Amino acid sequence: MSKLPDVNGGGSVLSRVMRNQILIPLAALFLLAIFNLIADPSFFAITLKENNMGNPVLSGQLISIIDNGSELAILAIGMTLVTASSKGQDISVGAAVAISGSVILRVLCGTDNSPETLQAPIIVAFLVAAVASMLFGAFNGVLVAYFRIQPMVATLILFTAGRSIAAWINNNQLPIAPGEEFKVFGGFIPGIPIPTPFLIAILCFIVTWAMLKFTNIGLYSQSVGINEKTARLNGLNPELIKLATYVILGLCVAVTGLIKVSRISTINYSVIAKDIEMDTILAVALGGNSLSGGKFNMAASILGAYVIQFLTTTLYKFKVPSTALPAYKAVVVIVLVVLSAPVVREKLSRLMKKIRSSKNTAENHA
Amino acid sequence: MSVNNLNGRRRGLLRNMTDTNLLTSITIAVFVIMYICAIIFLQKGFLKPQMLFNLLNENAALIILASGMTLVMITGGIDISVGGVTALISMCCAVFLDKQGGNVIGAIFIAVGIGLAFGIVQGFLIAYLEIQPFIVTLAGMFFARGMTTIVYKEPFNVENEAFVALKDTRVNIPFLGSVNKNGVYVDAYVEIGVITALLIVAVLFVVLKWTKTGRNFYAVGGNRQSALMLGINVKKTTFMSYVICGLLAGIGGFVYFMHVGSGSPSHASGAEMNAIASSIIGGTMLTGGVGNIVGTFFGTMSLALIQNIVRSVGLDQAWWTGITIAAMLCIFLVVQSIIIARRKKANNKQKQTEVKENADVGQ
Repeated sequence: MSKLPDVNGGGSVLSRVMRNQILIPLAALFLLAIFNLIADPSFFAITLKENNMGNPVLSGQLISIIDNGSELAILAIGMTLVTASSKGQDISVGAAVAISGSVILRVLCGTDNSPETLQAPIIVAFLVAAVASMLFGAFNGVLVAYFRIQPMVATLILFTAGRSIAAWINNNQLPIAPGEEFKVFGGFIPGIPIPTPFLIAILCFIVTWAMLKFTNIGLYSQSVGINEKTARLNGLNPELIKLATYVILGLCVAVTGLIKVSRISTINYSVIAKDIEMDTILAVALGGNSLSGGKFNMAASILGAYVIQFLTTTLYKFKVPSTALPAYKAVVVIVLVVLSAPVVREKLSRLMKKIRSSKNTAENHA
Repeated sequence: MSVNNLNGRRRGLLRNMTDTNLLTSITIAVFVIMYICAIIFLQKGFLKPQMLFNLLNENAALIILASGMTLVMITGGIDISVGGVTALISMCCAVFLDKQGGNVIGAIFIAVGIGLAFGIVQGFLIAYLEIQPFIVTLAGMFFARGMTTIVYKEPFNVENEAFVALKDTRVNIPFLGSVNKNGVYVDAYVEIGVITALLIVAVLFVVLKWTKTGRNFYAVGGNRQSALMLGINVKKTTFMSYVICGLLAGIGGFVYFMHVGSGSPSHASGAEMNAIASSIIGGTMLTGGVGNIVGTFFGTMSLALIQNIVRSVGLDQAWWTGITIAAMLCIFLVVQSIIIARRKKANNKQKQTEVKENADVGQ
């Protein structure tokens, strides 16, 4: 189920290219880059400016991509693990980001809506949000692992309730966090011209890399996703592993929530991280990972997330209104999944073979 | 899988029920109990028949959407594009009627056409290209939502005369009216949408219960492999379920449009989730093969009723609706999961004892 059929039976260049996962997002990135290069080369311009704080900062479309794509990339880490172990996706991440953001603001601002100073250290606020997000992640995980409810449906519960809960935490007020200190996480650290979200994302990548390298969570979640029964017979605890992946996703959600609220210092419950679940799932799919679980490639997912942000930025640049954006993205998704569908691949490879064999016979005749 | 255990060894009404019937009866019981509680404890007009009819009026479109969703879920799939399709249909019909000067018949054709088109494309991708239903219909939903704003951006009310006349058509129900504040007797009424919804529920119930096509849906959802071996065209059956769901989304979209009488990109937001929730509460299993249209009907009504109760109690802040729906969904999902797990265990145990007995007889 998780493994795509070996369509070309070895040999040809195409099949080898097809089999290396990371080439899928790379190819998409390449296509988008070429498209932008032809349409408007200034897309790639990066300039060093001073922002209104007097700090030197880099700006340009590419910088905005690595800046805004970071939340997506962080979520994609957790989503990849969840997809691998539970053969389904968590559609509640957007709502969960709203909750985590709301918790952060609640802790930072206390009961006052626009306090003069921060009411609690940022690190405390983040830790509280992380615990809350991980609890919500565990809630999803328990439903999926122990009650055996399909992931997308189990997370539907939080998807429905999440934004309501977020509004409820702050009594439907929109608190504003004071000071420049808090803006750092969604903006720039004084003296460093690279956007902080990207630095946070890099930190997350390193932690993830270490986690995959030095613990077995990656291997275990893949084996649970490929065959739960075999995994159990080999002494793994599939339920616990699934639960763990959802908790990890919860942590990713907390980090995303921090960046999202820090960007604007406040929150809009119905707009924050809107449709991000779609983009995150898309990032995993674009990374060439099977959405029905099993083997995964984390680097490809992360690259996939940035490719999607690239696409979004490109669409914005061509004056596509933000409300119409989903329609274009949906078309891209459909094209992508159709091309990667096993049935279509098989047909294509058969077609290739036919062309090749007809060429061979023609050569033989000559 | 709706496995009948008719071999006399297991007694008791509950145990002899199929999963479908058991889950449906739980839903109906919950609805009735909730309504009675509301009448006793709240007394805010719940005793008036019009209250019940208003529930129907407001949720006719949702009933139709949820029926389509149930059908898809019985075959083991899911369709989350219905809400987006509803919004798109409302917008297209509104633009057609008001900006293009079209007529009502044309609008109905547009509605059904859009729904069918979505159903056919999604069904083809899912059934014949074997792409995950969730991804396809998620893309469908985003496409529909995006298209809605491309068609027209601002929300506006439709003022086409023929349409407004249709919208305000009420079907009076004799004898069930009530006396209003001024002491005048007013007949109870329902909108045309309700009649449509009830008709669809009835037709689907008959089709699913007594026709071969209907049983095929259950067979495919219960076990694809067995269905294939029985000679059922699995792909075609799956395809058909999405086409019918699309068709119902078209009709449901128009009924929704008839109820609200306006076009807006934010229409029917969350309708897909409500439809899925209704189906689940109505006893449709997400794993496929179990489900009942009557259950879905009561699921929708329960969902509407609990929102109404929450509002009557005084928790009228917007967030309570989301939280109650989610809580209800959660409870039903967990109950379903527990019931099915227990039944599976019981079945296994029974099988084991049977095997043992057979072995004893053999000796």
